[in-house]
Order: sequence, then structure tokens, then C-alpha cells
Amino acid sequence: MSDIDQFRQQTRTWLEANCPESLRTATPEGELVWGGSTVDFPSADAQLWFERMRDKGWFCPQWPVEYGGGGLSPEYNAVLESELRRLKCRPPQINLGIWMLGPVLLEFASEEQKRALLPPMTRGAIRWCQGFSEPNAGSDLASLKMSARDAGDHFVVDGTKIWTSYGDKSDWMYALVRTDLSASKHLGISLIVLDMRSPGVSVAPIDLISGKSVFCQVFFDGVKVPKSQLIGPLNGGWNLAKRLLQHERSAMSKFGEFSLPTHFHLLPLIRQYLPEPTTPAEHALYARAVACAMDEHTYNLTVQRMGEEARSGQDISGLMSIMKLVHTEQERDKFEVLLDALGYRALGWDDEVFSAPEQAITRAWLNSFALTISGGSSEVQLNVIAKRVLGLPDAK
Amino acid sequence: MNLLYSEEQRLLADSAQDFLAARSPVAQQRRLRDEACPEGFDQQLWQDAVALGWSAIPFPESLGGLDFGCMGLGPVFEAMGRNLSASPLLSSVVLSGSLLHLAGTPAHQDRWLSTLISGERRMALALDEHPRHAPLQTALKAEADGDGFRLTGNKYFVIDGVAADTYVVAARTSGQPGEAQGISLFVLEADAPGLSVSALPLIDSRNHARLCLDQVQVGPQDMLGEAGEAWPVLAKALDRGCTCLAAELLGAAQMLFETTLDYLKTRVQFDAPIGSFQSLQHRAAGLYVDLALARSAVMAGLAALDDEGLNDAERGRLVSLAKWKAGEAAARVSNEAVQMHGGIGVTDELDVGLFLKRIRVAQACLGDSDYHCERYWALDETRG
Repeated sequence: MSDIDQFRQQTRTWLEANCPESLRTATPEGELVWGGSTVDFPSADAQLWFERMRDKGWFCPQWPVEYGGGGLSPEYNAVLESELRRLKCRPPQINLGIWMLGPVLLEFASEEQKRALLPPMTRGAIRWCQGFSEPNAGSDLASLKMSARDAGDHFVVDGTKIWTSYGDKSDWMYALVRTDLSASKHLGISLIVLDMRSPGVSVAPIDLISGKSVFCQVFFDGVKVPKSQLIGPLNGGWNLAKRLLQHERSAMSKFGEFSLPTHFHLLPLIRQYLPEPTTPAEHALYARAVACAMDEHTYNLTVQRMGEEARSGQDISGLMSIMKLVHTEQERDKFEVLLDALGYRALGWDDEVFSAPEQAITRAWLNSFALTISGGSSEVQLNVIAKRVLGLPDAK
Repeated sequence: MNLLYSEEQRLLADSAQDFLAARSPVAQQRRLRDEACPEGFDQQLWQDAVALGWSAIPFPESLGGLDFGCMGLGPVFEAMGRNLSASPLLSSVVLSGSLLHLAGTPAHQDRWLSTLISGERRMALALDEHPRHAPLQTALKAEADGDGFRLTGNKYFVIDGVAADTYVVAARTSGQPGEAQGISLFVLEADAPGLSVSALPLIDSRNHARLCLDQVQVGPQDMLGEAGEAWPVLAKALDRGCTCLAAELLGAAQMLFETTLDYLKTRVQFDAPIGSFQSLQHRAAGLYVDLALARSAVMAGLAALDDEGLNDAERGRLVSLAKWKAGEAAARVSNEAVQMHGGIGVTDELDVGLFLKRIRVAQACLGDSDYHCERYWALDETRG
């Protein structure tokens, strides 16, 4: 038996012995485990699985062993991933630090920084959040203003970050800050990491049109950040940010973020709310519903195709660039059909006249507006496809 | 189910593309049109394609085929779409050949399928009777006459029907139009008494025909399968045909998109390439998205044809998804291609119009968007 076959055999045996039976299903909404200084486990099994994978070094299977990783080559990691898929193991934890910041630290951080920051990540002990967008720097991210002023051995950070997911629950933040006010906008940006418990940091959750949300605004008032927490070169943060966003996309595809099952299946809902269409308008609504469902099916097949192409070593950057756009636009179109099908029943707010699924549709519809904006609006996605994938020229 | 072409299928894609780019470029299609070629395709090209093995792709080795699977047809049809190449691969091999393969007796296969694969015989399927594809509406009357039948009625939009050697005709031996039960398949030679064939020219300048059957006599040996029981086999052959058309539509749309993208980069107005304008950039990006989704649907449709693990409803659903999405994407790409080319886009001189015309006909063939939307819906319902 070759070494890799042996590894596959050992991995399979280990997973079968160590992944609790109850965790061999898709993760239901609300049962994701977020790693951090305090972890809410939905079950004792979830805690067991978390601890076993952590101790095996498989939160970060490909990271070097000296930082607490699993030390697996890409080839061996592919075996581990395929065995995890085979057994349908839930991810033991979700952690923005590992998916996005970690690879950038491995590539750009100093040895000292790696030794300080990576081991707690591989133990799932720090919950990370991302500080990129600002109130006046959304789609035009590079116009960000939050400043980090040089004060000898530390920076003094002033400003605000917005749309920070789970800012109120996170331990540390990686943030883009302006370190050179005179340079052109892409050249004066640096990447820093900071402790969310530092004096001067305050967090305010943001209510959306759909109600409570995971988004926060974070305020920084004279926050001292040691210079040892600057990652990469001073004023060289923009390249690191682009790298981070690349990791975000590949992590999202790898961890199936794109293929999270939608909670609203259009065709059964249409049948339920409009069992016998008779008028031309009702038939037209049916036609829209079927077309939406079919488009969603083509998207799910595209997720599958992208995975297969990635595993066979093909360049999937073009496909990757369309996924966020397609998924969020399709979800929005679907809610428009549902709204027309449900009438007033989709417009209820906190009243028992409306069923729980109806209220969920209302909230999800309102939330779908955020989806076509956050993480790069649809218009930005179209710009990216036009310029980077299709090579269309810049405007004069 | 695998959504990628295999190594062998990729090699076939390259060889098909090289062959058609050299022997059957778009200019050739224009020449066939201008010379009003009655067959609508180049006979020598077809014989050379047969020599490459194309007519043997989907059939088992025991019947003289290559046993390459239906998915192996995908790369060939994509290349046909890209080059706008006309050939009887769909009508003779995929539709008629599949019916002989799936429903024929060894005697049928020996008589018709072997010569079809060798290229000596060209066959066409006479099915549609209405302006829209509606196979269950088959009404052409087959009246019992001794131990055989007499066929009377008309068939329209018979693909490659002009100058075919032999026809497979769908007829009703019992039941009512709209019912699956009662449809039967008969094989007729072109010289059968009472059969007349005439051209039915469509915008794509290819070979489409109308067949008039007046008391055409057929014997029991000319029937494929049992009387009145042809629907499952017919549906299976149509699934293959639909998916091949979807691959052709995808290839044509991809080519047209690339042509249009080049134009956006080179056409200068207001002192700038028009592709630098954001309104056009976003529309071009939208077309790219549609093509990517269509490719996934087409690959799933092709894979479904060979997947023994799927039931008829599951396979039919994926096939209809492929034909629907490829048709929708191709129609959108072709409309936008004309618009983005501006004035030159509406001239006959530019090839864009030839693509537009072929795409619209291929979209209507074997079921347009509405047909496949309704079929997807109906099959989704039976899935529960």
C-alpha cells in the first residue's frame, strides 16, 4: 500500500472512531460552532468533535506543525477533505481568522508574529472579525479613512469600521488603516491586528430593515496598537487586502458557503399558496416561479462543477467571480415571486396571524437586500467580471 | 454524476473543432445557403465525419458502435455550434439511430442501423404536426389493415427530411392526442407509395421538410416496438436529441459571445473602445454569467443521458433544464450580439445574423423554452 493510501485508511478509521454520529449531517441553521475565547456548543457531541479535531491539529491541516497545524501536504489535505466529505462530517468550527487572515500571516508576517498569532488560531481560541468597510468606504474600499498615527513604539488608531460581522462577539480584529495621509489612496494603507478589548474600542450592533443582524459598527477612539501588530510592510496593506479577499473566495467555495441550502424551496411553496392557478396572472406567476427554480438548479450545478474543476486542477477564477452575484440575485428574485404569491401574508410583522414560515419569508426577503450589497455589491461584481475575467478596457 | 468531460472526450472536442474549423467554417454554411443546397449540408463533409466515427459514438460495440456514451456527443455538437456546421448527426444518428437501437429488433438493426452507422443510409424522424413541438399530441392516423397499418396525415418540421433515404414516423394506433398510450413508430422508405416530401424552408437555411402521408401501407415488420407502446422509447431518444441541441446552442452562443467581446474591445466611438462603457460592460458580464450557468446545465444533461442510476423523471428534468437554459442563454447572447454590433449587426454580410437565425431554430427544435419549463415543472411534481 502506498503512503497516501495508508494515510487515507488511517484517516478514515480515525474519523469513523472520532466524529460523533450525530454530527454526520449538514449543519442546521444556528448550530454552527464559532471558535473563540468563549464557545457556545449546541451539544456535548459538538464540543467533543471540536476538541478532538483541535488536538489532532486539523483545524488547520495544512499549516506547519510548529504553529499547531497538521503539517499536511496539499495532496494529503485533499485526502482528508475527501474523507470528511465522505462521512459528511460537519465542520468542527467556523473561524474567519483561519480562513482569511491565517494564510496571509503565513505568507507575510514576521516569525515573531507567527509564533504569537498562529498557535491560538490553530487551537480555535480566538474569534476574529474583519475591519474593512467604513461609512464612506463601501464599494470604494481604498478610500478608507480610519487612521493609525505613528506614536513611537505604537500607533494611535482613530475612526470607525462598519458592517463588521459579529464585531460584538469577536476577540481580535484585523483591520485596514490609513498610515500615510499624503500618499495616493491605494498606497497609504496598512494592515494591523488588534485586541477588541483595548481601551477606546466600542461596538454597536446594527439593526437592519429585517430586524436584528450580525453586523456591527466599531468605533476607535485613541486606541493604542503596538507597532509589533503591523502585518507586512508599512503602507503595503492594499496588496495584503487583495490577498485576503482571494482567500475569502476560495474558503467560501471550499467550505461550501455558496452551496448552503436555501431555506425556502420555491416550487413547493408556490404549490402550497397557489394550488390551482386559473387566471392569466396566476399562470404568469407560475411561469416566473418555475424559471426561478430552474435558474437556482443551474446555480447548484455550477457549484458542483466548480468543485470538480478545482479538484481536477483547472483554473476556476472565472467561475468563482460569478458565484456571489448569481446566488444573491437569484435569492432576491425568488423572494419577489414569493411576495407576489403570498400577498399580505408575506408582509406581516410579529403577529400570530402570520405563520412562523411566513414571518421567516418576510425577514429573509428584507435580509436579501443586504446580500446583494455586502461583500462587494452586485455592481462591483459585474465590474470585476467585466475587467478581470473578460478583459474589457477601463474607462478613460 | 460528473460534470466535466473526460480526457478522451476532451481529445474528441479538440479533433472535432479542428476538423470543422478546417472543413466547415461559417463561410461554408453561407455558401450552402447561397447555392440553395437542398440537403442543407455538405455530403462529402458528412461522409468524412462518418469516417472519423461520429455516427458510431453512442451505440454499443455489438451493433457496430464505438460505445463512447451519449456524453461523447457533447463535444461534437458544441463544435458544430461554434462553427455553425450543418450535418445529419442529430436527425439520423441521435434521433433515428437511438430509436432503432432502443426499440428495434436485431432484424431492424441489421437492416437499418448498420447502414446508418456506415453512412450509406440517412434517416429522419417525422414527429411534429403543430407549430410547436408537442410529441404527445401526435395524431397522424395509423389504421389497422390486415396484419399491417395504413398511415394518413401530415408531418411538419422534419429535421433533414428532404432527400432522406428512410423515415421513422410517429403515428397513433390508439388513444387520443395528448395521451402517451397509443403512439407507435414505423419505418418507411422514401419511395413508399403515398409518401410525398417537400422542403419547408426556415430562417436557418437548413434542411427542414413536410411529409404528406396518404394511405401509406406499412407491414408489421416495419413497426419499432409494440403497437401503442412507443412513448417511453421516443421520450428517451428525444432526451438525447434535446441535450445534443443544447450542446450545439451552447457552442454557438459561446462563439458569438467571444466575437462580440472582441468587437467591444476594438470598436471605437466617442474616442474610446465601446467596451470601456460601464453599461456595456455590465451587459457583457451578464452574458458571461448566463453562459457559465448554461454550461453547467448542459454538462448535467449530457451526464444524465448515460447515468443508469437516474429514473426517467430525474433524467428528463435535467435534460429539460439543459435545453431551457442553453436556449435562453443563446437567445439572449444572440440578441445582444446584434445590438452591440450596431448597424453592421443587422447586415447579412456579418456572420452574427447567421448565428442568430440558427440559434432561434435550434431553440424551437424539440421544444422551446416554454415547453421545457412546463416539462421540468411536471417532472418536478412527480418527483414529490
